[in-house]
Amino acid sequence: MEMTNLLIWLLPVPPLLAFFIIVLFANRSNKASWMIGVGAAALSFLGSMVVFFQAVGAEHLGEHPFGSRLDWLPLNGAHFQIGLMVDPLSAIAIFFVAITVFMIFIYSVGYHNWGQPKGDDDIPGLPPHGATVVEHGHEHVVPSIEPMFARFFAFIGLFAFGMFTLVLADNLLLLFIGWEIMGLCSYLLIGFWYGKPSARAAMIKAFITTRVGDVFMLLGIALLYTSTGTLSFRAILFDEQVLQALASTDSGFFGLSVAGLTGILLFIGTIGKSAQFPLHVWLPDAMEGPTPVSAMIHAAAMVSAGVYMVIRMFPLMAAGMEHGHLTPPMYAMALIGSVTALFAATIALAQNDVKRVLAYSTISQLGYMVAALGIGAYVAATFHLVTHAFFKALLFLGSGSVIHGMEHGVLHTGDHHVDPQNMYNMGGLKDKMPRTFWTFLIGGFALSGFPVVTAGFWSKDEILADAWAHSQFVFWVLAIAAFLTAFYTMRQITLTFLGKPRTKEAEHAHETNLWMTGPLMVLAVLAIGFGWVGIPESFPGLGNYSNNWLHHFLGHGLPEWLYTEALEFSWFPLIASLVVALGGLGLGYAVYKDVPSAEEDPLKKVLGGFHTWLENKYYFDEAYDFLFIQPAKWFSEKVVFQLMDRKLIDGFLHLVARVTYWLGGIFRNYFDIPVVNRLIGDTLGGAVPQWFGKQLRKVQTGAIQTYMILAMVVAFGGLFVFMITMR
Amino acid sequence: MEKSLLTIILFAPSIAALLTLLIPKDYKKLIRIWALVASLVPLIFALVAWFSFEGAGADPNGYKFVVNQPWYQAIGSSYHVGMDGLSLTMVLLTTLLAPLAILASFGIEDRVRMYMALFLFLETGMLGVFLSLDLLLFFVFWEIGLVPMYFLINQWGSPKGEKELWNGMKVANRTYASFKFMIYTMAGSLGLLLAIQMLGVVFQTFDLPYIVGQWNAMAPGDEILGGFTTVGTAKAVAFWAFTIAFALKVPVWPFHTWLPDAHTEAPTAGSMILAGVLLKLGAFGFLRFVLPLYPEQAKAGANILAGLATAAIIFGAFAAFGQKDFKRLVAYSSVNHMGFVVLGVAAAARAIGSESATVALNGAVLQMFNHGLSAAGMFFLVGVVYDRIHTRDLEEMGGYFPLVPVYGGVLIFTSMASLGLPGLNGFISEFLVVRGAWGVFPVWTALGMIGLLFTGAYILKGISESLHGPLNETHVVHLSEINKRELAVITPLMVLMLWLGVWPGWLLDVIDKAMIALQSAIG
Repeated sequence: MEMTNLLIWLLPVPPLLAFFIIVLFANRSNKASWMIGVGAAALSFLGSMVVFFQAVGAEHLGEHPFGSRLDWLPLNGAHFQIGLMVDPLSAIAIFFVAITVFMIFIYSVGYHNWGQPKGDDDIPGLPPHGATVVEHGHEHVVPSIEPMFARFFAFIGLFAFGMFTLVLADNLLLLFIGWEIMGLCSYLLIGFWYGKPSARAAMIKAFITTRVGDVFMLLGIALLYTSTGTLSFRAILFDEQVLQALASTDSGFFGLSVAGLTGILLFIGTIGKSAQFPLHVWLPDAMEGPTPVSAMIHAAAMVSAGVYMVIRMFPLMAAGMEHGHLTPPMYAMALIGSVTALFAATIALAQNDVKRVLAYSTISQLGYMVAALGIGAYVAATFHLVTHAFFKALLFLGSGSVIHGMEHGVLHTGDHHVDPQNMYNMGGLKDKMPRTFWTFLIGGFALSGFPVVTAGFWSKDEILADAWAHSQFVFWVLAIAAFLTAFYTMRQITLTFLGKPRTKEAEHAHETNLWMTGPLMVLAVLAIGFGWVGIPESFPGLGNYSNNWLHHFLGHGLPEWLYTEALEFSWFPLIASLVVALGGLGLGYAVYKDVPSAEEDPLKKVLGGFHTWLENKYYFDEAYDFLFIQPAKWFSEKVVFQLMDRKLIDGFLHLVARVTYWLGGIFRNYFDIPVVNRLIGDTLGGAVPQWFGKQLRKVQTGAIQTYMILAMVVAFGGLFVFMITMR
Repeated sequence: MEKSLLTIILFAPSIAALLTLLIPKDYKKLIRIWALVASLVPLIFALVAWFSFEGAGADPNGYKFVVNQPWYQAIGSSYHVGMDGLSLTMVLLTTLLAPLAILASFGIEDRVRMYMALFLFLETGMLGVFLSLDLLLFFVFWEIGLVPMYFLINQWGSPKGEKELWNGMKVANRTYASFKFMIYTMAGSLGLLLAIQMLGVVFQTFDLPYIVGQWNAMAPGDEILGGFTTVGTAKAVAFWAFTIAFALKVPVWPFHTWLPDAHTEAPTAGSMILAGVLLKLGAFGFLRFVLPLYPEQAKAGANILAGLATAAIIFGAFAAFGQKDFKRLVAYSSVNHMGFVVLGVAAAARAIGSESATVALNGAVLQMFNHGLSAAGMFFLVGVVYDRIHTRDLEEMGGYFPLVPVYGGVLIFTSMASLGLPGLNGFISEFLVVRGAWGVFPVWTALGMIGLLFTGAYILKGISESLHGPLNETHVVHLSEINKRELAVITPLMVLMLWLGVWPGWLLDVIDKAMIALQSAIG
């Protein structure tokens, strides 16, 4: 037990050390950097597995979680404590985080072209352009190593540290610290190729958009701390009296209880972090970063953190729930989550960039989790968080592999106008890149919820079943979104891998090396296998062989009053889930199996003008630019700086100065000169003082004296008036 | 030792300044090294004070290392200095920043001897404000600090630029800025001086602990000054006199417009000290004088003060975001950050003695220290670029990161500390202020979040327009990597920023005890 508690503190440490060692000492050695980075991830991975299996074996982990705490901030004669903790939810979280992070680290070594020569004219801040080598007497271009190779492993190490801290935190403040560190890392990594104006814009967009959520979350934290005197999860979430008190105290805002207001403020943090409508705009642009970063942001860390936080705070969100009536924060989650799920899925239909499709699918899937939690499906939401992390990491890394293969083709033909990310430039990659194809297929099927064999099926089915039991609205919205998901996923697979190559580049695409395909295969196993831990016992046939381990393990991490038994089996949601998954996949294949180019996308004919809206993501970027960004710039520069500070405040000061300057002139011309100088000065031989006066005037232009006089007049006058009126 | 410790800290810089004047003016190198070494003396003794603070004996008012000698007996003023946790924190900040600022000034070539002497005098002025326990003595130091700073801006400020006042009358920017700085502070000081005189006449002494004790024991209806006025009225007037003087110095919106001008035009080291220490004098004044002397008035005026602080947070952030001049952007960031200090003080004034008040005060004082580190660091880093390319215009920069990777990393680190990123120092203090103020002024605190959001916007603007994006080749031939001396200036600041962000307990513990004592003294 003591050992375990110590080990928990050591889990986040290796990636952090890797960050510092690489930045300070190893930044010139690519080899040392990746070895330190991957080694750190491996250590955290091994430690996490030890802790995870101990947690699985522990009895009553929900009541007695592992962990320890120490005094951090001296406040009011006492101490604010921080600590790390492993309860069932944290245990599940470190399980998926450690694996995906480790795989992403390994993959990154290959992705950044470890072992390749230095580029001909690569500069830091831009992606590598390739190196010319001479082999067998003739020149050809091969991929070149990333010029900032070492830096990448430093940043991604810090990123991993942030996520480990977040999932292990035993209080909301420490969680927030991990949360913000990840915000910084995603900023740095989205803008990894900061030389590109698009990447520079995307990094700022990501940071500021999530910060909108963060400031609300900070208020929520302050409110919670003020009203309970603590931020510890155990002290707040597992104390029914505390929750009761929060739920029954009026906050004074919008008729919400304190619990309701806190819940909503915290949830706004998730809206930003997990890219929920209407703060979803940053996530697709985050594609500007290298692909392993996309996997990190979309699967292992960043966006998962947002959902993890609301899952963690679920008892607070649900505080005051009676007879299945949703609390305001839950209602908000159900609504925003389901809207996001459907809305993002529609945009994904019309995207041609292989990574962008995945980006919108992430937004949509996060919407599933949020909506599930909103209707109280705690276990289902967590289940989907984990399976999604596996299959989405797989899909992103797979798409990176595809892009890499395409870039190989681009280097071969030398035509740099061909976009290696556009799916319409691909086609037929199945035979060129078989390992990437099969693993991508597994990931895609898991995302679509392909029945029984994939993990995505089990988690999505559980969400639909819960929705069917609790909210018809959520159920139907999610079901439609599920259909669209299967459809656009099959569109993606078909356009990328099936059919015939549409370009020369696709013909010359090349399978990537084992650094990259290895992690794909590991994740593919999990994208299938992890579903089995959550098969409901009541499921026809298979249920007999399952003990629904996940439900019992996670469910007992909740306080007693929230724990619910697994739902009774119901046929309708199962059939719906089968129909939408298989129907969507089948239709996607049938429609896209031989579409030659983007212009002839069949959806364009069907949807007409609406397709243009989808292609342009409902014009959200344009609208936000018009509504918020331009006005903010205008307000800052023209109103606050130039009008308020310069014209009004300084203008007033200058007016005062001018008036006193004028007064000073009068004194000089009608008193100093005639009275003092002529009368006294001349008679007393005033040449010397006059000379001094002249010199002084040159330096000071009289401003000091005049200011002083006026200031004294104002001060005395004010004092006088005040004394009179107060008596 | 205990007896003379504060006197050594206080006057070592002045003596060093006088000795500097004895060095022939062409021995520039010697002058620089001498000034640097001399400025380490107060730092060393400040560290002695730090490490012996816990064990040192306190006087009945809780001050340590106290010296109380008659000075101006005729009017009842004495050389009364002493240290509590609050002044210890500020003295540590001042004595730490002074050598760094002097090291940062090694590039100055013009009249080095005078420059260094003024700088060292300035240090005495600032330290005197933090250590004085006599109102008149305090006022003397308060004013003395102005003079060297005025000349530093006026004589060594940025040489370029003119400002039109009216009717085509033009003055050099640095002349304008130094005047504005001087006049503004003097205007505030007038009321302060009058109020201090009033207290001196009433009590026949300027001794702060004595006055605090007597003053608050009086009933508001008691007549003073021979029946001219009552305690209540006098307190109400004097409260605003003190408050306005300190509000100008912090500065609180809308008295802040001297700050961007002065900070922008001052030489790099001058800006470091202005932002790092001089702004703290105002905030310190609230804690040392306004809260103990006028608790009821402060409670009544707290709402207004909190509103102005929120305005500073919000408008400071917006104005910073609207800048094209990198240094002015950083200057406005001080308005934004110091707003949190005042918000914390105002919340504490309103709810004195409560848990929220202690948390808010802890946050405010820690924020003073943190802002001292990060603002000094930011001004220094802007100066590093300015020294090379001689412009501060962000539109003429861009894409410098690949050329100056070490500088870029340092700039991002310091910017993030300024932004309040968790893990670095600024976050903890801002969080404590927000936590403390939330229970007292929920609406102001919530509105302040707009400022916090735009803090992100302006910090990222600074980074992205200097380091990121395509290379702007306008001045690039002059650009070179940060050198060893410059790294020596910024490294201690970075270490402290990280240390305080991860483990602030060592400093916060001292502050916490001081703030609890401060409130219990008020009762």
